[in-house]
Amino acid sequence: MKKKSKGAERPVAAVVLRLYVAGQTPKSLAALSNLRRICTEHLEGKYRIEVIDLVKNPQLAQGDQILAIPTLVRKLPPPIRKIIGDLSNTGRVLVGLNLHEGAGGLRARAAGG
Amino acid sequence: MPNRTHSNGHMLASLEKVPTGIKGLDEISGGGLPKGRTTIVSGGPGCGKTMLGLEFLVRGAVEFNEPGVLMTFEETPEEMTRNVASLGFNLKDLADRKKLFLDYVYVEPSEIQETGEYDLEGLFIRLQHAVETVGAKRVVLDTLQALFSGFSNPGILRAEIRRVFRWLKERGLTAVVTAEKGDGTLTRHGLEEYVSDCVIILDHRINDQTSTRRMRIVKYRGTSHGADEYPFLIDEQGMSVLPLTSLELGQGASTERVPSGVADLDEMLEGKGYFRGSSILVSGTAGSGKTTLATSFADATCRRGERCLYIGFEESVKQLERNMKSVGFDLQPWVKKGLLVHEAWRPTQYGMEMHLLRIHKLVEKLKPRSVVIDPVTNLITGSTEKEVHAMLMRLIDFLKGREITSFMTSLTAGGDNLEQSEVSISSLIDTWILLRDAELNGERSRVLHVLKSRGMAHSNQLREFVMTRDRIKLIPAYIGSGGVLTGSSRVAQAAREKAEALVRQEEVQRRQQELDRKRRALQAQIDALQTEFAAEEEEMRRSIEQEQERAQTLEEGRETMARSRGASPRSKRKAPMAKAAGHGR
Repeated sequence: MKKKSKGAERPVAAVVLRLYVAGQTPKSLAALSNLRRICTEHLEGKYRIEVIDLVKNPQLAQGDQILAIPTLVRKLPPPIRKIIGDLSNTGRVLVGLNLHEGAGGLRARAAGG
Repeated sequence: MPNRTHSNGHMLASLEKVPTGIKGLDEISGGGLPKGRTTIVSGGPGCGKTMLGLEFLVRGAVEFNEPGVLMTFEETPEEMTRNVASLGFNLKDLADRKKLFLDYVYVEPSEIQETGEYDLEGLFIRLQHAVETVGAKRVVLDTLQALFSGFSNPGILRAEIRRVFRWLKERGLTAVVTAEKGDGTLTRHGLEEYVSDCVIILDHRINDQTSTRRMRIVKYRGTSHGADEYPFLIDEQGMSVLPLTSLELGQGASTERVPSGVADLDEMLEGKGYFRGSSILVSGTAGSGKTTLATSFADATCRRGERCLYIGFEESVKQLERNMKSVGFDLQPWVKKGLLVHEAWRPTQYGMEMHLLRIHKLVEKLKPRSVVIDPVTNLITGSTEKEVHAMLMRLIDFLKGREITSFMTSLTAGGDNLEQSEVSISSLIDTWILLRDAELNGERSRVLHVLKSRGMAHSNQLREFVMTRDRIKLIPAYIGSGGVLTGSSRVAQAAREKAEALVRQEEVQRRQQELDRKRRALQAQIDALQTEFAAEEEEMRRSIEQEQERAQTLEEGRETMARSRGASPRSKRKAPMAKAAGHGR
């Protein structure tokens, strides 16, 4: 588990989410605010969000196989999951991140570890 | 709109093209793919779409110094690199030298959850990054349609694909986009509706259990192009497309002559042999000596120190060497020196086009001065007459264009009228030699004649074709009241003539001898007479002498008597002596 954190509230993050955007487009901004909202509501600070702007770092798109923008990648816990779109549908985001039912488990594991 | 170029003066107003470097494709497309445009290459699975795209990139990078980007949606760069290593393309090396950028776009529908609005900006960012990294002029997207399986919203997808094409065009990138062929449409997802500059369709067809790849340019806006289906081949050297025919009959005509390797045959061809760069066909039934005649020509080529490519479909090189030794040809030294290159493969190994392509490639590689194809008919089994014609025309055109003398043998079924059965190819042939059987008196012998030979006053004679331990001999057949005699009939006739000659000769000799004998007899008679005369003469002289002695004795007796009588002797003694001599003679 990574100890370093940039935008996260806690040193130990159970969930690491990476949001790929391309510049300050409405879709990207919407995605980021939707993500922040969902995380505060459902993950209670046990998460970390990394935002990668592909306009600035285009070479990073290859690593996570990014095609669609915006794309949210759940880096941790494994396996890697991807959600594309502006994350406006909270239910689908939770399903996509597999946090809906498993959130409690994740939280418990984070607390224990 | 249309790019103006001054490099090709006559194509000033027409579309500028980018050579692909793929053998034959640039020819049929009139120079390559449209510059700065996107070309769709469509076809079923395994028909060579990726290969075309890849070769376009690799040749561009290596031969035309145009770096390229390969964005693949189906294979990882590692897989791709491995796949094409056998074709001699080193993708890794090109990537290391920044001549090629490989990007693998992985689309896995099960891993992607769609929530809300999105676009495929990521694709553009990656493309942009790739193009900028190597300064690409060429782009290949293989296969863009894989996106359709990854994203559920076709509306977004179509808009984005349209944007991709526009994006490529705006940047002046020459692109190849591969697509799966759909039912009744050129591509499964109708990609051609976005791109209408150039569409190429690839096809992989089985005919009589042999597969042939074919290519067709369906559409090429703003330019003339070959519209036919062209066979193509993928082998160790990549892809090659075979243009059906060269467009013009523009070959030069050499007046140089090349001997046939059979002195008697050269004699029938104005004493000089074939024209260099001409096409020679020898047709005949099985066992009529076609291969021997072909070998003879090959041998003559090597003897001049020129290279000969011998393509055999019936015998392996070892067999040919052994068999030809029995008629006095030692091919081994030529093979060792590399002058005789013998290639043998099974005629059923490929389709007709593949054979042709293989020959093309061998000729390009070896640069021979003569090519022997033995027998050419094996190439074309199972094809229609039209196909045969087209194929031979292509082959002969190709060889003539390089001033290579082509020598083909043709196996004809026995009993057919030879001239008739091969009417389909006769127009392509410059020199046509016919070997046929003559059956007479329970014996079969071989007869050769020159059916036609363009541009020379060839002999119209029928000659008997004899294979001896010391190569080929052409013996003038006996032509008499009983028709053409060959084989043992000819030999019998010759023997008869010889016997008659012998009889005549003996008669002459006999007369000669008699004359001699007569002369000798006469001489003997003359000698005898002379001897007789000599004997007589001797006899005469002796009797004369005796007579004289007697006369003298008588005179002396008389003198003695006169003396004894006392008369004067001196005045009277001379008169009787003169009288006696006159009487004796």
